Amino acid sequence: MLDPIYIVYYLIFPGFLFTAVAGLLTTWVDRKVSARVQWRVGPPWFQPFADMIKLLGKEVIVPVGARRTGFLLWPVVGLAAATLASMILWLSNLWPGTSFVGDTIVVIYIMTIPAISMILGASASSNPLGIVGASREMKLLFAYELPLVIAVLTTIYKVGSFSFQAVLAHQAQEGVMLGSVSGVIAFIVAIFCTQAKLNLLPFDIPEAETELAGGSHIEYSGAALAVVKLNMAIMFFVMPVFLITVFWGGIAFTGWHILTSILKYVAIVVILVLIKNTNPRVRIDQAVRFFWGPMFILSVAAMVLAVLGY
Amino acid sequence: MVKKIPIGPFHPILEEPEFFELHVDGENVTEIDMKIGWSHRGIELLSEHKTWDQVPFLVERVCGICSCSHPFAYVKAVEDLLGIEVPLRAQYIRLIAAELERLHSHLLWTGLAGHFIGYNTVFMWAWKYREPVLDILEAVTGNRNHYAVMRVGGVRRDLPQDEIQGIFPILDQLWKNNELLTGAIVDDPVIHARTKGVGVLGKAMCREYGALGPTARAGGYDVDARRDHPIDAYDKVDFDVILCENGDVFDKAVVRQLENFESIKIIRQCLEQMEPGEICAEVHEIPPGEGLGIYEAPRGEVLHYVRSDGGNMPMRHKIRAPSFNNILTNEYSVRGSTIADAGLITAAVDPCYSCTERVGVIDRGIDDRYILSEGDLIRLSQEKTEEIRKRFAKE
Repeated sequence: MLDPIYIVYYLIFPGFLFTAVAGLLTTWVDRKVSARVQWRVGPPWFQPFADMIKLLGKEVIVPVGARRTGFLLWPVVGLAAATLASMILWLSNLWPGTSFVGDTIVVIYIMTIPAISMILGASASSNPLGIVGASREMKLLFAYELPLVIAVLTTIYKVGSFSFQAVLAHQAQEGVMLGSVSGVIAFIVAIFCTQAKLNLLPFDIPEAETELAGGSHIEYSGAALAVVKLNMAIMFFVMPVFLITVFWGGIAFTGWHILTSILKYVAIVVILVLIKNTNPRVRIDQAVRFFWGPMFILSVAAMVLAVLGY
Repeated sequence: MVKKIPIGPFHPILEEPEFFELHVDGENVTEIDMKIGWSHRGIELLSEHKTWDQVPFLVERVCGICSCSHPFAYVKAVEDLLGIEVPLRAQYIRLIAAELERLHSHLLWTGLAGHFIGYNTVFMWAWKYREPVLDILEAVTGNRNHYAVMRVGGVRRDLPQDEIQGIFPILDQLWKNNELLTGAIVDDPVIHARTKGVGVLGKAMCREYGALGPTARAGGYDVDARRDHPIDAYDKVDFDVILCENGDVFDKAVVRQLENFESIKIIRQCLEQMEPGEICAEVHEIPPGEGLGIYEAPRGEVLHYVRSDGGNMPMRHKIRAPSFNNILTNEYSVRGSTIADAGLITAAVDPCYSCTERVGVIDRGIDDRYILSEGDLIRLSQEKTEEIRKRFAKE
């Protein structure tokens, strides 16, 4: 029987409410840093929340020819999955006792669901641009998952366990993964995969505002668009936390760890945003070649180095 | 699988309404169908109902970006009809305004091209660097856009002599900024990956389609109306015509960036050579006759033809903007590319749709549309001429 406390965990902390607020704040960091890089002022901190409230009040339009249920349901599925991934990650960071065997695999698995829900939702919209966006999302998913999983396996190999508890304990005793050569290489690979997973430039190919006019979420409007945006915001929050947990010693809210945790998190977000702002969008074939070529080789190199003990 | 992808009539990549239909096989484009005519405003007809002095203000609005080139070509057409010489100071002021316009147009395109490939940082930076250009334009003409500086016989507003010295430091800074921007484009490996070998339009195809301006020069097709038909002071200033070889999107960007340096050079020379004097020749009436004005707008050669019957309005005013030739090259350069590149390629000719709006002949066999053949167009044209003739005979 599931402990009822997990409902609180899921809905409030560290689940939906907390992740939504933190995710929207992350998108604010993204917008603000982007604005400063681009010589603009940028929005105030509450802008993402205002956008969200505005969208929730707007009419939801379901296009003629779309499959209504699928079109509206898939973003919610994606949101639920992203929230679940966040909850598992935070619980194992804050209370390592809640970690269970194989939760790294579960989280990697759950984190692909938002992308899949986007593919299905866009396919249900019957918009030709949406369908092109969905097909690109699918190709991108196949492209980045392989190097990402190998990069994470580098850590798993070193730790010798599939649970976050062991990963964190190992890093607490023997130094963070970023302290080793293989860890650094795997981290670089993971950063690029994160970029693709979050649909940030140079890999925002499925959305491609100036090619597909929004691509995979072109037909969403009103509250449905709010859910899609929230989904992306939460993923923007989850992925850096995942990277910190796997490569950078995790997050702790005790003493001065509060400060370092937040700094680590902001540092990764800023790295992602800077990559986003200093690169043009690549084509889907170039992206697939990039992940199956250099990134795959790098991740395998990291794995080999890890086996050799570096 | 999806067979047709619409770009337009309203789409983030188009600043103006325009319709491209991509016939695709997966991600690959096999055919492009273009449909123009979404913002037709009947400027030529309007122009026939305005006095000779009002028309420059009207043709300024043909295109918000070429708002100096169209009046320039128009006043040159009228001056060609009159056969008068423009005072030297006015010639230099015209050149300064026109070259500043080229600068701001090219910087605007660089920014937009960056935006189209998702590089919003380039977009914002290029537009930031464009700001001083607009400041100089304001100092020279009084307006940041729609300069209203051209007038038959000269210019409307003199450039105060004491403001000239203040322009040089801005030009120096602009030169440096442009160097930085050019470097950022030429050295970026990801930009190379996105633009090199994309949308290639070689010299032969440029000639075939009659491409003009930077689109043609990127393909090595050496046309520049400023050098080929020097008007006003263009034969008194020294500048190079920038040529590239490949004709891909990268070369189109490079040509525009390098032309910015030439423009700055021309403006400097004009400011140095300028001497105090008259700014407008006396023009009392326009005799019957016809005149032709050609000017190299930022997008290529723009041509204005005017015909007078001795009245105070043009009897016929014909405009041909370069984008009309240039956007047709998309048919060749987009074919065989991917959807991701198609938008960029159509944008790389720096299309200005509002000036191209007119009746066009559409290829048969793609869709059932109302099609005008060449014979139909000639017949329509003859009917129109007959109508005008009757109207004037009555008056």
